[in-house]
Amino acid sequence: MLAAVWQTVCSLGNVPKYMLPSPMDVINAFADDWQLMADHAKVTLTETFIGLFSGIIIGFIMAVIMDTCSVIKKMIYPLIVISQTIPTVAIAPLLVIWLGYQMLPKIILIILVVFFPITISLLEGFSAVDKDTVNLMRSMGANRIQIFRYVKLPNSLGFFFSSLRISVSYAVVSAVVAEWIGGTQGLGCYMTRVRKSFASDKMFAVIILISVISLLLIWLTTVLQRVCMPWDKSNKNTRGF
Amino acid sequence: MAALEVKGVTFSYDNVNPVLKDINLKLNDGELVCLLGVSGGGKTTLFNIISGLYKPQEGKILLNGEDITGKTGKISYMLQKDMLLPYRTVLDNVALPLIIKGVKKKEARRIAGECFEQFGIDGTQKKYPSELSGGMRQRAALLRTYLFSAEVALLDEPFSALDTLTKSEMHEWYLNVMSNIKLSTIFITHDVDEAILLSDRIYLLGNKTGTISDEIIINEPKPRSKDFNLTEQFLNYKREIIKRIRS
Repeated sequence: MLAAVWQTVCSLGNVPKYMLPSPMDVINAFADDWQLMADHAKVTLTETFIGLFSGIIIGFIMAVIMDTCSVIKKMIYPLIVISQTIPTVAIAPLLVIWLGYQMLPKIILIILVVFFPITISLLEGFSAVDKDTVNLMRSMGANRIQIFRYVKLPNSLGFFFSSLRISVSYAVVSAVVAEWIGGTQGLGCYMTRVRKSFASDKMFAVIILISVISLLLIWLTTVLQRVCMPWDKSNKNTRGF
Repeated sequence: MAALEVKGVTFSYDNVNPVLKDINLKLNDGELVCLLGVSGGGKTTLFNIISGLYKPQEGKILLNGEDITGKTGKISYMLQKDMLLPYRTVLDNVALPLIIKGVKKKEARRIAGECFEQFGIDGTQKKYPSELSGGMRQRAALLRTYLFSAEVALLDEPFSALDTLTKSEMHEWYLNVMSNIKLSTIFITHDVDEAILLSDRIYLLGNKTGTISDEIIINEPKPRSKDFNLTEQFLNYKREIIKRIRS
């Protein structure tokens, strides 16, 4: 429907192609540049996955440390919150200056963006456990590690997955932003090039590609959640987006 | 020798007003003793002390003569809420106390699985707790309690969250199961009928004083029939208990 209106406006209104390309132009752009875009997408996806994965691990470790020791939590928590008030677009160029044009600054940026929601949601999940359940486990003689493994960890999975859905889309966007600012490969870099050459049809094509990648990843998260939490009937009917 | 002995236990949360004062009670082997008293009378606190979660300011808890004051992991404890973990299957929930004790997962599952039929929950092994009715969940919770320690169990109002019909069904089931296994049990309730129906002895816990004010022996053979609560003896016990509570 939207595409039909869009196509009609473009055909009738005599809009120049560099201002607003028609859906057909975008499809053609896809066809022409498919191979190139796929190569760039591969780089972006690699960065996203490495960044996301490291971000999750760091976020997890932070959450566990902060949950175990309240003094450390009081020390680190404000710093983490402050770190999130710095705009991504401000950190990205600095990272490029410090770390070069390779993959590393992009991965670091993704980690910075991703670990925050993961840490916060896991912390919340850990502290949301039922006090009586913990007492029952203690009365059974369970130690801290056992309580963590059998109560706290599975209890926070729901929290974890909702933050993961957010993190996944942030990760893709951050990767693109970082490539945009400095790099030789990746969808963000491709985007800068087509923008500079006023190839709006390709610009639209790459925007759509990025959205599709994000949506696919979010959907994948939902599938993963269903596999990991088979007891949770409430998420059976929800979709990832 | 008594299976469990509570000797002179005094406890307060703020070191000023004692919730429990000089509590003495005895649980013999295979006996079911009820702790009867109004809500908020310190019954649950006493259980937390016996199970080792709290340390009393004074007094001792002895299990078969061994001092277990402040030690967890010795006595099984079941609360009003079933507290089955929603993310574990019923079998894995029930096997959890064994796993915590260090039994291998496979072995724990086997031991737990063997008891399902006896506890009337056969067929629920692979289900999640959310798929079970309240009564079935309590049965599973009781099996978990039993598997944790076959010696002494503390049951804190285990049936009070259930509706009346389910509750009387559970009483029947409970008496039936308990006639086959020997489990020394202390049972908290504020329901006089439940106390008379299930127990060998009843301790009355005064709510203001925080002491055990009286002891009543229910001298009726076990297992009792489900119509026991309609008999004249039953009513006599009930009159006696209510009289003593009010005095």
